[in-house]
Amino acid sequence: MEAVLFQVLAGLATGGIYASLALALVMIYQATHLVNFAQGEMAMFATYIAWSLLNAGVPYWAAFLLTVAFAFVFGVLIERIVIRPVENAPVLAVVVVFIGLLVILNSVAGWIFSYTIKSFPSPFPAALGIRYMSPHQVGALAVTLVVLALLYVFFRFTPLGLAMRAAAQNPVSSRLVGIRVGWMLALGWGLAAAVGAVAGMMVAPIVYLDPNMMSGILLYAFAAALLGGIDSPGGAVLGGLVVGVLENLLGAFVIGNELKLVVALVLITGVLLVRPSGFFGSVQVSRV
Amino acid sequence: MKRKLLPVAAVLAAALAFPALAQKKYDPGASDTEIKIGNTNPYSGPASAYGAIGKAINAYFRMVNERGGINGRKVNFISYDDGYSPPKTVEMVRKLVEQDEVLLLFQSLGTPSNTAIQKYMNAKKVPQLFVATGATKWNDAKSFPWTMGWQPNYQTEARIYARHILQTKPNAKIAVLYQNDDYGKDYLKGFKDGLGPQHQKMIVAEASYEVSEPTVDSQILQLKSSGADVFFNITTPKFAAQAIRAAYDTGWKPTHYLNNVSNSVGSVLKPAGLEKAVGIITSAYVKDPTDKRWANDPAMKTWREFMAKYNPDGDLSDPFNVYGYSVAATLEQVLKQCGDTLTRDNVMKQAASLKRFRIDTLLPGIAISTGPNDYAPIEAMQLERFNGHEFELFGEVISNEQ
Amino acid sequence: MSKKVVTVTILLIAAACVLPFVVSNYRTFQLTLVLVYAIALLGLNILTGYNGQISLGHGAFYAIGAYTAAMLMDQAGMPYWATIPIAGAVCLLAGFLFGLPALRLEGLYLALATFALAVSMPPILKSHLLERWSGGVQGIVIVKPDPPAFLADVGIKLNPDQWLYYFALAIALVLFVIGWNLIYGRIGRALIAIRDHHTAAEAMGINTALYKSLAFGVSAMYTGIAGALGAIAVQFVAPDSFTVFLSITLLVGIVVGGLASLSGAIYGALFIQFVPNIADELSKAAPWAVFGIFLIGFVYLMPTGVAGAMRALLGRLGRGKLSPPKEALP
Repeated sequence: MEAVLFQVLAGLATGGIYASLALALVMIYQATHLVNFAQGEMAMFATYIAWSLLNAGVPYWAAFLLTVAFAFVFGVLIERIVIRPVENAPVLAVVVVFIGLLVILNSVAGWIFSYTIKSFPSPFPAALGIRYMSPHQVGALAVTLVVLALLYVFFRFTPLGLAMRAAAQNPVSSRLVGIRVGWMLALGWGLAAAVGAVAGMMVAPIVYLDPNMMSGILLYAFAAALLGGIDSPGGAVLGGLVVGVLENLLGAFVIGNELKLVVALVLITGVLLVRPSGFFGSVQVSRV
Repeated sequence: MKRKLLPVAAVLAAALAFPALAQKKYDPGASDTEIKIGNTNPYSGPASAYGAIGKAINAYFRMVNERGGINGRKVNFISYDDGYSPPKTVEMVRKLVEQDEVLLLFQSLGTPSNTAIQKYMNAKKVPQLFVATGATKWNDAKSFPWTMGWQPNYQTEARIYARHILQTKPNAKIAVLYQNDDYGKDYLKGFKDGLGPQHQKMIVAEASYEVSEPTVDSQILQLKSSGADVFFNITTPKFAAQAIRAAYDTGWKPTHYLNNVSNSVGSVLKPAGLEKAVGIITSAYVKDPTDKRWANDPAMKTWREFMAKYNPDGDLSDPFNVYGYSVAATLEQVLKQCGDTLTRDNVMKQAASLKRFRIDTLLPGIAISTGPNDYAPIEAMQLERFNGHEFELFGEVISNEQ
Repeated sequence: MSKKVVTVTILLIAAACVLPFVVSNYRTFQLTLVLVYAIALLGLNILTGYNGQISLGHGAFYAIGAYTAAMLMDQAGMPYWATIPIAGAVCLLAGFLFGLPALRLEGLYLALATFALAVSMPPILKSHLLERWSGGVQGIVIVKPDPPAFLADVGIKLNPDQWLYYFALAIALVLFVIGWNLIYGRIGRALIAIRDHHTAAEAMGINTALYKSLAFGVSAMYTGIAGALGAIAVQFVAPDSFTVFLSITLLVGIVVGGLASLSGAIYGALFIQFVPNIADELSKAAPWAVFGIFLIGFVYLMPTGVAGAMRALLGRLGRGKLSPPKEALP
């Protein structure tokens, strides 16, 4: 029984990693109705910026804030420069641009920072630790929940958040009521990149920083986001935790490590077949 | 009579021998001025960490060329990206052999990639020399006379640990973490062979992981709960660091054996936390660029100068840069021995007649020896234990050499 | 088909037949791979381009085809040519079965399900359950086929590379003709109708469920045949050959080549075969960065793919007699 408990706790810790990137995916989806496959690589790149700042002697929280700000600007710039020209292209063409971004960021990071793993510091005091969850894992989960709360408030209660949702859901009507849709998209990119940067800085101390840090996590985050409901930040976090725990339990007690991912994916797809909008996603009704 | 004949015989012998020496013999890829060497490496994709080896080799041959080349010939090192995808390796190697017409293929990287081209290289009779993988199948001189490994193979290394466990802890309960691919399984096989028939009893838990997994925390918990008191860690650097940290943080204190692949102080143990790595046993054959032991070692000083001058973008804490340097030095020696007979046949012949050749970036006491039936250049390693600051060698150089 | 199109097609085929005698064996091998990719891309295009179902997992069907061929040759000693139809049939079934649950999934959800399929393939191939036949992590090495004896008897001398190229070319031609008939016939119209307006198509009496799963099956069959041919050409299969990047590469291929376009499959194949090599020539430090710039550049210049750009060009030249189905995607 103890073993089960430990696997669940470890699963929650890993699930927190998935949840944090899933939040960024939900964020960009809210703003653009697209899933950005380069989201993980953008987060990885921002984490390298943080790493460079820390190496230059900048204190942790200053580096943290600077990195979030950098990521925000970086996200806005990518939208303005890279995504804007393909605004009216077919969806799959945009997906290919995402893939292009992904490989560019991955390769450039390897080129600049090399592929050897780097340790990344944790800001959390040792007192936070509980048995089988390190202080950082507890802290990272807490940060993820804080980001979640902020996003919730932002999208629910601020005019800007509402305008962003409107712009994504119905660009034409939004334009008619005076929302600057183009800037809303750019802002959405900026915010998603900022959330991603937080995710990166929370993930790096656990998995170590390297250019491929996020590429493995992307699938889990994607699955988590859909499982929770792609337009629900709370769902994304819950989805991430569920995926983390599910995978651990399957690996340790049911199917073995070799096929745990396969079985987890089959189960997730199964849930989505029965409940296509995930746990908390709003049901999509399309007019004929 | 006897005295008179001698000079005549000498002249005769010289006359007979001289044309053979003077006559230069070339296969495609070699000429009076150039030796073309082919290589494939993953410069892109998820395995691009290994690309550092290709870059280090390239830098080495630039240095060689600046020194005047090998026997007066410049080395033209042609390296292509295969992204660690075997079909791409096949394509690139065919380009090297058929279009670029290289004399030999050197340090092509990856077990699956080399498996994909092994038949082709042997059918074409082009050397597939010093491949960059530790799988055991590259030492098969009989079936594949044109393919040769370089580093100690995974199975030999695993057997060294197995032997050490049997000697020091015959009642050990062993847990194994391994990467689920050819590399991990090769180690596991060698380890089980080394333990002998009692391995079924001794190994109480095995857990595998995929390279796409974010962490191995779950696996460590599984292994810990088996109650094992010995841990054999068959992982690549990122996962090795995670495993060392996780084992320590969860309070598991087994005797920890770490595979050579990940025994870098700077790029594995330091990220894991040096205090968490105390007591780790591993084995080595090259000097670790981040180990303080070698801080004032003349060979490593030369290596650092080489890095600064020819490979300034390279990471000084990356052991792949020492690896690339050392293996390129081995090829330089082989080509030197070839003299003016730069045929593919002679390249293999010379590669198979290295006699206790020393490269000073290898650990003291470790030399490279090959023979017509011995296609395993480095077969010796030495066990070492981490004391919290650096590795301490212990025991003797353990060799598989017959 | 207009006369001009027929003439151009015949000329192109003639050129394709002459090529192996003009270029080196290595180039012939590369061109064989181009044909292999073209078949795979045509398959993916039937599903994604014409039927509007996105797949991030076609590399899995490519792998199934490749392993079917390799295992049959290695374990059952079957001749290489006989493995092709079997690989096709296995993938037809696999695709159809996967397509059934996929009926309930659309857009992102289908993307996830197919992505999951791609990610699952290497662990499944490595799994100890299949190891006895699949060779596990080691994969399977297969023998390169020689040209059949009867060719030599009638005085045609080909080396194995040339023979394999013609073998692939013949299969590609057959599959393209079948694909052409499929797409420009009743079935194709149904697929496109479903893509453009699902509900309307259903109202018109199209059995959307059947057509959609059929599209999955046929698409997988094409890609599986390509996988089998690819395995025979490369003479090796291993789990590492069929990572998720293969699936992504195929998706890149159809988008860059041109969605919902037969010729797009060929352009896409040329792109995924040759552009990574160009990127590698340009930069050893960061070849993927160069490749990514190429990708984004292509999409900027030709958002509807090379085929779309060609069509626009021909249209502007005033001979726009090609009028294939329109590009729109959901």
